[in-house]
Amino acid sequence: MKATYLDNNATTRVAPEVLEEMLPYFSDLYGNPSSMHSFGGQVAKKLNDARQKIADLINASPDEIIFTSCGTESDNTAILSALAVNPDKRHIITSRVEHPAVKSLCEHLQEKGYRVTMLDVDSKGNLDMEQYEKSLSTDTAVVSLMWANNETGVIFPVEKAAALAHEKDILFHTDAVQAVGKIPINIKETAISMLSFSGHKIHAQKGIGILYLRRGTKFLPFMIGGHQEKGRRGGTENTPSIIGLGKACELAALNLQNENTKVISLRDRLENEILKRIPNSKVNGGGAPRLPNTTNISFEFVEGESILLLMDEYGICASSGSACTSGSLQPSHVLRAMGVPYTMAHGSVRFSLSIYNTDKDIDLVIEKLPPIIARLRAMSPYWNQGTACENA
Amino acid sequence: MWEYTDKVKEHFLNPKNVGEIENPDGVAEIGSIACGDALKLTFKLDENKRIKEAKFKTFGCASAIASASALTELIKGMTIEEAMKITNQDIADSLGGLPPEKMHCSVLGQEALEKAIEYYRGVPSTVKEGEVICECFGITDKEIEKAVTENHLTTIEEITNYTKAGGGCKKCHDKIQKIIDTIYSQPATEPEPKERPKLTNIQKIRLIEETIEREIRPSLKHDGGDIDLVDIIGNRVIVATRGACAVCPASQQTLKGFVESKLRELISPELVVEEVPQ
Repeated sequence: MKATYLDNNATTRVAPEVLEEMLPYFSDLYGNPSSMHSFGGQVAKKLNDARQKIADLINASPDEIIFTSCGTESDNTAILSALAVNPDKRHIITSRVEHPAVKSLCEHLQEKGYRVTMLDVDSKGNLDMEQYEKSLSTDTAVVSLMWANNETGVIFPVEKAAALAHEKDILFHTDAVQAVGKIPINIKETAISMLSFSGHKIHAQKGIGILYLRRGTKFLPFMIGGHQEKGRRGGTENTPSIIGLGKACELAALNLQNENTKVISLRDRLENEILKRIPNSKVNGGGAPRLPNTTNISFEFVEGESILLLMDEYGICASSGSACTSGSLQPSHVLRAMGVPYTMAHGSVRFSLSIYNTDKDIDLVIEKLPPIIARLRAMSPYWNQGTACENA
Repeated sequence: MWEYTDKVKEHFLNPKNVGEIENPDGVAEIGSIACGDALKLTFKLDENKRIKEAKFKTFGCASAIASASALTELIKGMTIEEAMKITNQDIADSLGGLPPEKMHCSVLGQEALEKAIEYYRGVPSTVKEGEVICECFGITDKEIEKAVTENHLTTIEEITNYTKAGGGCKKCHDKIQKIIDTIYSQPATEPEPKERPKLTNIQKIRLIEETIEREIRPSLKHDGGDIDLVDIIGNRVIVATRGACAVCPASQQTLKGFVESKLRELISPELVVEEVPQ
């Protein structure tokens, strides 16, 4: 059965052009870019071309790009470096809805004695900017706020937040893993000090991440080793992946228009048809500025894992913020932070699209999902003859 | 993706006995939407007091649906006494196993069955016994202890898998660990001492006489000795030694180590043997 893939915030397919670009660097062109001989030198040249393309996607300079292994490494490096270069400052600001790559690290640092402010969001997922401004202090070492939320697609005003931090001479990091390639980013016009993103979210392969480090920003490396990346990240470069990411960034720049025309129109049709056909359903983050490819919809009184597995019977791939899908016992921390009630949070499904999705994909979901929800509701003790039980 | 057995998948995709029986003999609703799974179980008995029909409704994941479906299949045809013996492990086994993280779904089924039987027997619905340990999921120490002892759990992670306790904010982990430590630090239970009937004075005197005659005197005589029962004052048994015992330098050891310990063993641990001069 062909997969109808609507889980692109989890990972994306490697674009054929990206794969083609990478392949020679697995076989014939295997030289080490640090070598003095021309066999390695040709790889170094290609690596620098890729660095330029990656920098171009966010309007950065190539020397501001550090290759890492993934988004998590980039996030960890940024925050730990900011703390290391500000040893007298013990305060971190982040939000309640961050990806675990930031949230879990901040919780860990809190246990180590740092003071961490976790900013609230409103019911639409918007950041509490008033609380943010009040939280900035002379003791703040770093602010880390995501550019766009991985579960709801809600976009935070990071440019404004970075400017406020900059005024107080505070380093500002953004986890832009979901934003890069989906919305235009011009890093030069912001006060953002550090930005993370990851290859496998934009049709490159897994195992390659990027840390943008604004020129002049104080930095202490997380991985100490050789002289690679100007000593900012030791370790022989993952050359095929970097070269693939270069191509993926080039394609992403070309497809930005598509993301905001084709993809957004597919997403909106999917969302509108689902809301129209399935009662007691609601878009989480609806009404807030959102990524063009993401919709997170809750279906009252049913549980997310069951929905996913029944959709899987038709080859439809999506995600859920229900507790049961993760091995965790609490539903999505993002939805709970938004005040989404349990009746809705357990039954949430995230559809995340890409430029490879088509009208046929949307048609299939629109056809198959309503009977799936109806079937599960008929089995739910909280659902009574088409209406929710009053006491649920 | 969870690794579900074919049986779990089958029960999830084609659940048996979905619904609700009207005027059921047994009914239970447990779990909550906050916890992420809830189950309503109903059953009806036939004229032979066997479960003729069982149905369920559930809000939950594939494991919860499969566990409920399997439970209803398991109990059909059983007497209440037979159904009472169903454990969460029986439910999991009938599904060919569940992922460890999903064992709480089988526990949900067992708890629903217990409650439904209580309803049938007219046991009034009571507030949960014990102290709430896990505030996130409202799990008490009694529930944790039951899961630990019935399923031989030894770690917090296992307890979370079976009861959900400790799976939220994690603040209760210390308390859960203490429960585990307490259960496993207790020595194997020693056999209860035999209950002895309360004796009247006359019964006690008669029993002492009989015991000396039957259990003690033959052994003493075998070695050329003997004792006479002189008096019994409360728990004091006054004896006089005769024959070889009267001249034996170890007669005190014989009186304490043999006579007294035999009387204590067979009549009362409070008895004390004393010797009067000849």
